[in-house]
Amino acid sequence: MTLEWTRETLDNGLDVIVHEDHRCPIVAVNLWYHVGSRNESPGRTGLAHLFEHLMFEGSLHHDANYFTPLQEAGAAVNGSTSCDRTNYWEVVPANALDLALWLESDRMGYLLPALTAEKFDNQREVVLNERRQQYENRPYGLALMALMSALFPPDHPYHWATIGEVADLRAFTLEDARAFFRTWYHPDNASLTVAGDVETGAAMAAVRRHFEEIPAGPSGSRAGRPRDGSSPPGAPVTPHGPAGERRLLLEDRVELPRLYLAWRTPALFDEGDAGMDLLAHVLAGGKTSRLYRALVHDRRIAADVSAAQGSRELGGWFCITATAAPGRGLADLDDVIRGELAALAGYGPDSDELERALAQVEAQFVYGLQTVGGFHGRSDQLNAYNVYTGDPGFLGRDLARYREAGAAHVRELARRLTPGGRVALSIVPAGESARGLAGSARAEVS
Amino acid sequence: MTAAVDRTRLPRPGSAPAARFPAVARRRLASGMALRTGRHPGPPVVHWLLLWPSGAAADPPARPGLAALAADLLDEGTEARSVLELHGALDRLGARLGVQVGADATMVSLTTLEHHAADGLALLFEIVTRPRFAAGDFDRVRDLRRSRVRQMRTVPAAVAERVYLETLYGEHPYGHVGIGTDEALSQMTVDDVRRFHRERYRLGAATLIATGPLSDEAFADMAERAVGSLPAGAADAREPGAVSAAGAPGPPAARLVLVDRPGAVQSELRIGHVAAARRTPDYHALQVLNMVLGGQFVSRLNRSLREEKGYTYGVRTAFQFRRSPGPFVMQGSVQADATAEAIREVLDEMDGLGGRRPATPPELDLARSALTRGFARGFETAGQVARGVAQLVQYDLPADEYDRFVPAVAAVDGAAVTAAAARHLRADRAVVVVVGPAAQLEGGLGALSLGEPQRAEEQGRDGG
Repeated sequence: MTLEWTRETLDNGLDVIVHEDHRCPIVAVNLWYHVGSRNESPGRTGLAHLFEHLMFEGSLHHDANYFTPLQEAGAAVNGSTSCDRTNYWEVVPANALDLALWLESDRMGYLLPALTAEKFDNQREVVLNERRQQYENRPYGLALMALMSALFPPDHPYHWATIGEVADLRAFTLEDARAFFRTWYHPDNASLTVAGDVETGAAMAAVRRHFEEIPAGPSGSRAGRPRDGSSPPGAPVTPHGPAGERRLLLEDRVELPRLYLAWRTPALFDEGDAGMDLLAHVLAGGKTSRLYRALVHDRRIAADVSAAQGSRELGGWFCITATAAPGRGLADLDDVIRGELAALAGYGPDSDELERALAQVEAQFVYGLQTVGGFHGRSDQLNAYNVYTGDPGFLGRDLARYREAGAAHVRELARRLTPGGRVALSIVPAGESARGLAGSARAEVS
Repeated sequence: MTAAVDRTRLPRPGSAPAARFPAVARRRLASGMALRTGRHPGPPVVHWLLLWPSGAAADPPARPGLAALAADLLDEGTEARSVLELHGALDRLGARLGVQVGADATMVSLTTLEHHAADGLALLFEIVTRPRFAAGDFDRVRDLRRSRVRQMRTVPAAVAERVYLETLYGEHPYGHVGIGTDEALSQMTVDDVRRFHRERYRLGAATLIATGPLSDEAFADMAERAVGSLPAGAADAREPGAVSAAGAPGPPAARLVLVDRPGAVQSELRIGHVAAARRTPDYHALQVLNMVLGGQFVSRLNRSLREEKGYTYGVRTAFQFRRSPGPFVMQGSVQADATAEAIREVLDEMDGLGGRRPATPPELDLARSALTRGFARGFETAGQVARGVAQLVQYDLPADEYDRFVPAVAAVDGAAVTAAAARHLRADRAVVVVVGPAAQLEGGLGALSLGEPQRAEEQGRDGG
């Protein structure tokens, strides 16, 4: 499986990637800024994401909501912020490429003259409501925050969730937002992909016409991992996870207790990252997986189980999540999970299991790349490869990581998932802390 | 350096390049099953979709949740394979099995890589025609679904959805969510599932849809080989008797229903009423109307409640078209202290579009062009095309339905939208469901002139 692409870097440092696909008369514009919540600091969290909202509220030459002209052109539009990056995308009819480029370039080059206190205050309220809807008023909604703050020490940039703390969000000023833009939103800290029904030369020319006039940022604004592979600025001060097991407990408005077991693991594309993905498949990928069989199918003590490697630029985390069946406590689940991990650490996955996991991974690559645009479509993936590895053509090597992992390697990775290195978070119905793991401390999140 | 771009005005792209929904070939297999194929020149991915015209509305009155339970049990093993063997085979193909039970239909789909297309289809047929339905698996899966029902009691959106349908439709077949109730699930037996499967999953009643980079003939050959000599069964399940026999729902049980969620920081809202069926002649006018009201980001309600007032992360409206008249609904979650104001505004906008405050020419232009120019995006993948064909089948729509879409939307004028709003949007009959902190809300809700709030419970009408 390959993706054809062409990359040029403009004089101002903007990476431009073009991918042609003429099967559908649409084109995707996808723009990554290499900045996320890891570029924030303790006490000042949530600004990267709040800022993303402001990018849709108008720029100097179109000082009005960005959605209106894009909807009128028939576009799908969105953006998102993670700990490592912020992305913006449009999928438009093929003849509306200039409109999308015009808007993306105007907010890259000319946002601040149009940014007002009124817009800032409005979007802060929207973000506080996003936080209420997605985290505070949702069962188990505070789990991520509790896990991140326990896995990563206070000086690590993954210690806080991207949505940010309420007090921090309330304290930000318009000037904070302006300073954030001036620090991070530059063409040399961005990667732009155009994918779809375009001709490469014409698309490159259109990008140049819109973006060349934007000046490069001050040196040092390139946030990410340098392309020579050396450590990025802001790399973790504390390289390892918590020393000894940490047990935490939250009472929540939930019906069934849920256990989260999390470990610090290798960073995105580092040695062990792909193997951890395969391990997650073996443990909890579907009805043949070891934990599904043991917990849900055979013993019937869990309502569901999942496992995932969260691959991030400065480090990863591996998390097993299992919800207790009615009447069950989390200690029973933990015993079974420990047993299954011990078995994998002892004997590794068998060849049939690994083959199935690999087939699933390879198929997911193909299914995920069916669209030119949107989250995880081809344009987003080309930008991810470019920003994180410097090579938009990393797809082949990405797949090879999985093919080369092997059973012995996955067994070695399973050995790292020891009780001593983990965070164990119990979320239980109010007043039922006895159903959590014994000896848990109260997690402090809000 | 190239010439600088003109920033004094936005580029105006004009009409989008013409795009056509793929041609759909129809044929009937030797077994009597209908086949629709759509050649889609995409990546090497094939999408198989089997559709039966029986969904949650076909649940027997005392068995809400049976259709979804039966569908959930399909992949727990077949006569020939245990659940482990079955899923092992699916995994090795990299196949993705999808089971979806809507109000009017059940769809079982399988996505595979092109070179596994025939093997994938064989597995799909094995799953739907020869499920094991073992008693032990039934017990376990039913318990898992009962756990899910319990968990949904603490999800505000799930509670609001359930109470909304119950209030709008009462005992009508659309009056329950697909998963059913804890009480009904607790009383079901494996024989209920076997009977439902026997009556509803007949091949003669099914349509097989195939999309991907293969020719119609190649798809048909694979389908014939996979179906082989399987008995078709009578096609009498084709007519979805449950809904048509039930007729129209009675008047809603209440205007304002409040589910207490003490201390909640937001109120989850559902506002609306029973509206139109998919085959309404007003379909295109309602699409335009919905875009103006709340069907897209820049719409009256989202612009006001999010972008001006900051009360919410976002609200949206939809006509949920079904075989019989489906709900119109405004849904969203608003900060608790803005609950009454948000409800008042939604009702006011619903009322205004049919007369007092008709859609303006710029609003109409924005709505029509968003729909017509965005048309091509909807059919980029094989899965999207298959679901598009499924709509045609499910609602007995003409073969040229998608070719007519762009001109039909473009022809919707202001008068048509106003008339459609007057006919299909009735603020004076709207039901309002609020899942929020009752103690904080009651004063404001009392001032809405919707009558005394009726209280519903998070756990639903059968308790537990």
